[in-house]
Parts: sequence; structure tokens; C-alpha cells
Amino acid sequence: MSGAIALKAPDPAILSRRDQIIADLADFLPAGTVVSSERELKPFETDGFIAYRRMPLVVTLPRTTEEVAAIMKYCAKYKVPVVPRGAGTSLSGGAIPQEDAVVVALTRMNRILEVDYPNRCARVQAGVTNLAISEAVSADGFFYAPDPSSQLACTIGGNIGMNSGGAHCLKYGVTTNNLLGVKMVLFDGTVIELGGKALDASGYDLLGIVCGSEGQLGIVTEATVRLIAKPEGQRPVLFGFETSEGASACVTDVIAAGLIPVAIEFMDKPAIEICEAFAKAGYPLDVEALLIVEVEGSETEMDAMLKAIIDIARRHGVKTVKECQSATEAALIWKGRKSAFGATGRIADYICMDGTVPLSQLTNVLRGTAKIVARYGLRVANVFHAGDGNMHPLILYNINDPDEARRAEEAGNEILKLCVDAGGCLTGEHGVGIEKRDLMTHQYSKPDLDQQMAVRAAFDPDWLLNPSKVFPLEGRS
Amino acid sequence: MADIYEPQTEADAAAMITEAAREGRALAIFGGNTRAGFGQKVEGAAFTAKRLRGITAYNPSEMTLTALAGTPVAEIEAELADNGQMMAFEPADHRMMMGTEGVPTIGGLFATNTSGPRRFVSGAARDSLLGIRFVNGMGEVIKSGGRVMKNVTGLDLVKLLAGSYGTLGFLTEVTFKVLPVPRTEATVVVTGLNDAEAAIAMSAALATSCEVSGAAHLPESVRWLFGKNGLPDGPATLLRIEGVEASVADRVNRLQPFLQRYGAVSQIDQGDSQQIWREIRDVTPFSEDGSCKPLWRISCAPSAGHQLLAALRLETGVNAFFDWQGGLVWMQMEGDGEAEMIRAYLKRLGGGHATLIRARDSVRAAIAAFEPQEKGVAALSAAVKAKLDPKGIFNPGRMG
Ligand SMILES: Cc1cc2nc3c(=O)[nH]c(=O)nc-3n(C[C@H](O)[C@H](O)[C@@H](O)COP(=O)(O)OP(=O)(O)OC[C@H]3O[C@@H](n4cnc5c(N)ncnc54)[C@H](O)[C@@H]3O)c2cc1C
Ligand SMILES: Cc1cc2nc3c(=O)[nH]c(=O)nc-3n(C[C@H](O)[C@H](O)[C@H](O)COP(=O)(O)OP(=O)(O)OC[C@H]3O[C@@H](n4cnc5c(N)ncnc54)[C@H](O)[C@@H]3O)c2cc1C
Repeated sequence: MSGAIALKAPDPAILSRRDQIIADLADFLPAGTVVSSERELKPFETDGFIAYRRMPLVVTLPRTTEEVAAIMKYCAKYKVPVVPRGAGTSLSGGAIPQEDAVVVALTRMNRILEVDYPNRCARVQAGVTNLAISEAVSADGFFYAPDPSSQLACTIGGNIGMNSGGAHCLKYGVTTNNLLGVKMVLFDGTVIELGGKALDASGYDLLGIVCGSEGQLGIVTEATVRLIAKPEGQRPVLFGFETSEGASACVTDVIAAGLIPVAIEFMDKPAIEICEAFAKAGYPLDVEALLIVEVEGSETEMDAMLKAIIDIARRHGVKTVKECQSATEAALIWKGRKSAFGATGRIADYICMDGTVPLSQLTNVLRGTAKIVARYGLRVANVFHAGDGNMHPLILYNINDPDEARRAEEAGNEILKLCVDAGGCLTGEHGVGIEKRDLMTHQYSKPDLDQQMAVRAAFDPDWLLNPSKVFPLEGRS
Repeated sequence: MADIYEPQTEADAAAMITEAAREGRALAIFGGNTRAGFGQKVEGAAFTAKRLRGITAYNPSEMTLTALAGTPVAEIEAELADNGQMMAFEPADHRMMMGTEGVPTIGGLFATNTSGPRRFVSGAARDSLLGIRFVNGMGEVIKSGGRVMKNVTGLDLVKLLAGSYGTLGFLTEVTFKVLPVPRTEATVVVTGLNDAEAAIAMSAALATSCEVSGAAHLPESVRWLFGKNGLPDGPATLLRIEGVEASVADRVNRLQPFLQRYGAVSQIDQGDSQQIWREIRDVTPFSEDGSCKPLWRISCAPSAGHQLLAALRLETGVNAFFDWQGGLVWMQMEGDGEAEMIRAYLKRLGGGHATLIRARDSVRAAIAAFEPQEKGVAALSAAVKAKLDPKGIFNPGRMG
């Protein structure tokens, strides 16, 4: 990639002490916790934002909160930066290391500590995968609601870092709405607990600000999350439209009619083709845009809701309506959608944008996106959470062609600015990371950013935690 | 110096706060002042948002509304109702409970992060709040969040300001999510359960796929303080179902037989159902009647609520009822100054927080209204406060 985004220059003093730091860490951590050979460090050099890579100073794989606390205490004492990491699936470069930083990867803290049905919550370690929680409680009729497409791999700690969402968040909300409490280690090794099994906590909503803070406020080691009883039934329906405008207008009208399905997912023609070729999900190929609308509840309820939605779709020139007849068919429909990024990755390199816009702006922004991408001579596939206006244009390019990579990055930046100008924001669920860091000034004024950075400094006065991310490097106080 | 500051615009507010900060003058922030009887008395020049009034943007098809902070809640609710929408977190009207008058404002609502019976499905006020504008303690105008449903662009100051009781910033404008009003509702009632049995029944009901949107238990001792509302006699355990007609009927028909194993089951419909949930929401049984008996609001794990009440009943005079499946307990005490006992039991039962909502002035002066925090969290909260209001001019003493 063009490498237009600057990372902080590593601190030579820390680099020169590398051997000592490794020895010290190995000294107080159990054997096998510290990883330092080039071969072992390699898998950590990037995350889902593969255009950028940096080798870490050293990687630690702690198993307990106490070990995390010991690492933090040491790093605070010697002023060594720390990059918290889950599964490394971030699409914005949030988990990309830096040469002078210790990576603290939580993947070995992957136990479910307690499932409490009377209080409908589960207490888990931060490295548990998102899907593992739902799987653990599924047989008893419960699930954990936020469902990022990466849920097989990504960790709850990373979900908290990015306030992750998913297709079903239209009804159930994103991570912040489903998080009851955390245990977390502060920059100096202090361990605190925020929230718990009660719905409201006392004092300032520190949990609210930790969620989505991209590893800058502390390292989460445990989380208490809400469990929800599974609905009686679920049914996804496919709607194929003649035009993207028709599909967008249908989304707006469904919401305006007071019908809130569990999910409304949008795919344009390129996305349909890519996903169908990969998943054989039975998507119609003779339409310009597709909506997957999922409703849930009892049969009566789903019938009533679907009837109303189909009526609305008819008014917008729907060409195909495909109700599925079996659980297998339903699973296939979702398989197509959930593998969208992976399937795209098989045909080209891509960067995935994540701007969110007010619903009334969907059509405008889709058109604007197409124009921008065409101007840069690139292709785009759109597959996104339409019900909440969270767009995901995938800009296709070739990572080995520096000029194309530069164009992709510039086109992405223009698209995000378009989203902000349309009354939206830079990122709905993937986070700022390094990718959108330098665009923050487009969304926020200087006092806005200064205030956020001041609050950040209340948690991490020396800026040791994930310091290259989120806030533009220049103008930091 | 004015006796009372009533900025007409955000710029006014910023100028007044800049000056107050320069002079180190404390400000007592309020909206409609319906919470005047809460917590420690705040010393400072009165500073109100009530002239910052009006809905600035509302597009029903986008399900968001933006209003200036001093806009009366009632004005917003009326506008929403005209469009078949609502604030899903069910804001309460606590004027009867607090024995105050005045006009509750939308800024005050979010500054206190209030929420009613639907809390455990739809979240609290903070979960609906999408964007804010506020003036910090240095007089700077800050915006955070926006008007879209999903947003992880930077630190979520929106959540931080929600529920900060005017101690971190003076809100000038709020943008929040709204939802369609359910077409209909019904409440399934189980009668005759004691508090522990009710906790089990509520937890079982919430583990079904019936999508219960209200779960409350009214023990015998408070039953008579509620209106008649079609409820049978005896302690009542209430489970609300909302949605379109066919769906409500369907779910009620599934829930009723399921609950028969716990006690006698009946049903109340639309009007009565709405009435009883309004009374629960507004805490009308414990309306201020001149005696100013201490009123506590306990937030705890749902299964701990009834245990707390059982423990307290052995030691003192207390009347109470449960909302949020038992996770919210409203307790009216006979005696004063029982804070330590309440908080000690709560701690033993796994924690939570006890807030003194109402009490005589002398009692309020002696008791921390909010649950005292553990050391590390308290230090962090103080550090955060210092970053937003370094001179400590906003509501000194309010959050202890
Ligand atoms: C302890 C407590 C618990 C409550 N619990 C619930 C509940 O469980 N459910 C429920 O529905 N309601 C609850 N409320 C009610 C809620 O406060 C009212 O519904 C709200 O609308 C009051 O509005 P007001 O304008 O009268 O606020 P006021 O009484 O004027 O102010 C309330 C608080 O908000 C602050 N404030 C007011 N305006 C602003 C502003 N513009 N910027 C910054 N801060 C501001 C004040 O400083 C004060 O601390 C609770 C209130 C309190 C105090
Ligand atoms: C194919 C694919 C599909 C995706 N689909 C979605 C989707 O549908 N919705 C969505 O929201 N996202 C999606 N993502 C993005 C990504 O999966 C999420 O951001 C996820 O939450 C990251 O989790 P992780 O464990 O991989 O965290 P990482 O990528 O390792 O880290 C993410 C951030 O959190 C911080 N962090 C990690 N663990 C901790 C911790 N314990 N304490 C403090 N900070 C921590 C890191 O420092 C970093 O800033 C997708 C990614 C891919 C590759």
C-alpha cells in the first residue's frame, strides 16, 4: 500500500533495551508467555488491515489478570508502550503493533467463567471468541446478541475495543448495549471493576467510555455480558430489486412504517455476484440490489411482519421475493452474507469502509461512492447493514500495485468524508484505528478532539496504551 | 452578578461559563428542577437550560430527534406521539415521588440517565442517546457523537455525560433514537406469590421466547397503594407483552399456561395495563405525602433484590416493590439514616448500588446520595472530572 499513514517513529532508547525488556518480562512471567523470535512475532505484525505492518518489540500471552497487571506495571515503570490485542481481526489497523511496543495478546484467556441464567448474563475472560459465548448457552435457549461476521475468530475484548456490531444489531444493539461490566487493568497495573450484574452502575459511566476506546484506556481481562432468550423462530427473506434506489427506499419505508426487523442487509450487484460465486446461496443474479430482511418471533408474528414488508417492497419495484422453506435454506442465505468479506478477499485485495449515514442519505451516498470510485478507476462492492445506515463499500484493488493502492486509499478517504458531510460519521463499528485517524479532524473540531484526548489522558497520562491510534499524531497535547 | 443565569443560546451559556470559570464561581445546573430534593444541597449560582428550548430536527423516518436541552419532556413526547413514536426507555415523571413541581426537561432526563420498566429490553436513556453538544467547565463548546445509530468515531463522551448529573458539562443539545409505539400491550398477572417465588417466576418468564418487556412484582404490602387497574387481590407479579395485536395475543397465549405452575394466572389489557406500568414507572405508591420518608432506589442483580428486602424486613420498617425482574427495588423506609445497613446488605448480596432519592434535608446532609465507589474507580472518576471541569465549578458536591 502507499503507506500514506504515518506510524509513530519508534523510540531508539526502547529499541536498544529490547533484550533487557525481554529478559525482564520472562523473569516474572511463566515460561512460554513471552514470545520474541522473529518467526513467532511475524503473525502479529498486522491485523485485518493488512496494508500496514510493523513488527512488535515482543509479544506476551498472559493467562491471568495478575499477569496482565504485572506486565502493565513493568511497562509503566519503564515507559514502554503497550498494544492490547485480541484475535487481530480489526479492519482499521487498531491492533497493528509498533516496533517499540509490547503486544499483550489475550487469546489464552479464553474461559467462560460463569453462566448465570437467573440474571441472564455470562462472565467471560476477554480472549473468549464472540461465537463461543452463544455456543455455550445455545442449548439452554439463550444467545449473545452482537454478531460480527468475524465472530468465529474475534474476541470479546476486541469487540469491546471496537464496540463491534453485526447484522442483528438493528434490534439488539451493539456491544455497548449488551455489556454489563468489565474487569480491567489500568496503565499502571491497577485492577478495577466497572459495572457488574446490576443494570445500572453508580457514578460516571466509565464502562460506556471504555467500550469503543480501542485499547487506549486499559486492558480488559474479563467481561460480563447480557444473554438474551432466543426467539421462537427466525426467518430471513431475500428481496431482489431492479435498482439500488428501490432497495434503499424500501429500507427507509420499512423503518418509517414502524417495522423493525432484526436485520436488514444490503448487497449491490458486484457483491451479489462475489458472494453467490463463493457460497452458492441461491441469490438472484438478475437484479441490481438485494436485501436480506430477517424477522423473528412466532409463526403468526413473522407472517404478519413479512406481509407488511412485502407490501412495501412491492411499492419499490421488487423483482424477486424469496422466502426460505427450511433452516438449511436460511443458513445458506446468511452464509452468503457473512462470507462477503472473505469471498471478496479471494478475488481481489480490498479495503472496507465503515461510514454510517442517516437513512435518508443511503441513495445519495451510494451514488456518490460509485462516482468517487469510478473517478479513481477502481471497482467497488457494497454489502452493509442498511437498517442502521452502516455502509461497507469494499474498494477492490491490487495490493502489489503501489499506484492502485494509493488510489484506493484516497478514494476511501473521499467516501468517508462524503459520509460525514451527509450527516454521518467515519466509522460505525470497525473503529478509527490508524486507518481513519487522520480524518478525525474532518468530523471533529479541535476543542472536540482536545476534550477526548484530555479524557484519554485521565486514564493513561503518559500515552503508553496503543498510542499510534485514533488521534492524529500532530496536535496532541 | 445575576441571581439566576438563564442563557438564551449556546454561545451565551459558553460566555457565562467562561466567566464563571475565570472567577472560580460555582454553578448549580438545572433544567426544570424537578429533582430539587435530591442529594446534597448544591452551593452555587443557579444556572438553567430552560430557555434553550425547541426541537431542532425530527425526521420520523430516521427515528432520531434533536432538541435543545431545556425543551420540556412533555413537548417532545407530544410531538413523538403525533408520529406514533416514543422514547423506548420510558422516561418517568417523578414529580409526585419527589414532591416537586416544575417542568422536566430533556437535558435533565439525559443528565440523570433515567429509564423506566422497559430498561432491561430497550436499555437506559444512555443507550438511546446518540449525540450531544455541551459546554465544558472551561467554557468550550464540545460536540460528541452524531445523529446516526452506530458510531465508534473516537471516545464515547456521550455515555460519559449521560448520567453525570450536570457535574461534567452543561448540555445544550441532545440527539436521541426513538422507536415506534407498540400497537398494543397486555399484562399477564400471577397472583399470590411471595417475593422469592416471584423472582423465580419472572426469571423463568424472561427465559422464554415471549419477549417480555416489563417484569415487576408488587408485594401484598404495596398492592393497595396502586390503583385498582383490574388486578386481582393479593401480591401481583406482572409480565408485560407489547407488539402488534396478533403477536401479543400469541405470546400471551403461550405465557399464560407456562406461568400456571407458579400461581393463579390472569390477564389485564391495554388501558389497565398502561395505567399500572405508568404507576410503576413513576413510583406513585411512594409519592411524597408530606412525611418525607426516605426513599431508596436499589439497582442490583435481579435475583438479589428479594433477598435484600427479606434481610432488611427483619431489622427495620420498609415497604418496597420490584421492577426490572427484581433488579430495581424502590424502598420506602420508616426510619431515617439506614444507609449503612442497606449498603452493607447489598454488598453481601453481590453488590449493586443504593441511591437515596428523597429524604428530609437533615438526613440528606448526612448521607452520600450515591453509592460510594471503590478506591481505584473513585480516583479515575475524579481524574475524568478534572479533565472536563478542572475548576470544579459544575454542581460541586452533587456526585460526592
Ligand atoms: C437520583 C435520581 C434518580 C432518578 N431515577 C429515575 C428513574 O429511575 N427513572 C426515571 O424515569 N427518572 C428518574 N429520574 C428522573 C429524571 O431526573 C427526570 O425525569 C428529568 O427529566 C428531570 O428533568 P429536570 O429538567 O427537572 O431536571 P433537574 O431536576 O433540573 O435536574 C436533574 C439533574 O440533571 C442536571 N441537569 C439538568 N439540566 C441539565 C443540563 N442542561 N446539562 C447538564 N445537566 C443538567 C442537574 O444538574 C441535576 O443534577 C431520577 C432522577 C434522580 C435525581
Ligand atoms: C472478515 C471480517 C469480518 C468482520 N465483520 C465485522 C462485523 O460484522 N462487525 C464488526 O463490528 N466488525 C467486523 N470485523 C472487524 C473485527 O472483527 C472487529 O473489530 C472485532 O471486534 C475485533 O476483535 P479482535 O479480537 O480481532 O480484536 P483485535 O483486532 O485484536 O483488536 C481490536 C481493537 O481492540 C483492542 N483490544 C483487543 N483486545 C483488547 C482487550 N482485551 N482490552 C482492551 N483492548 C483490546 C485492540 O488494541 C484494538 O484496538 C470484521 C473483520 C473481518 C476480518
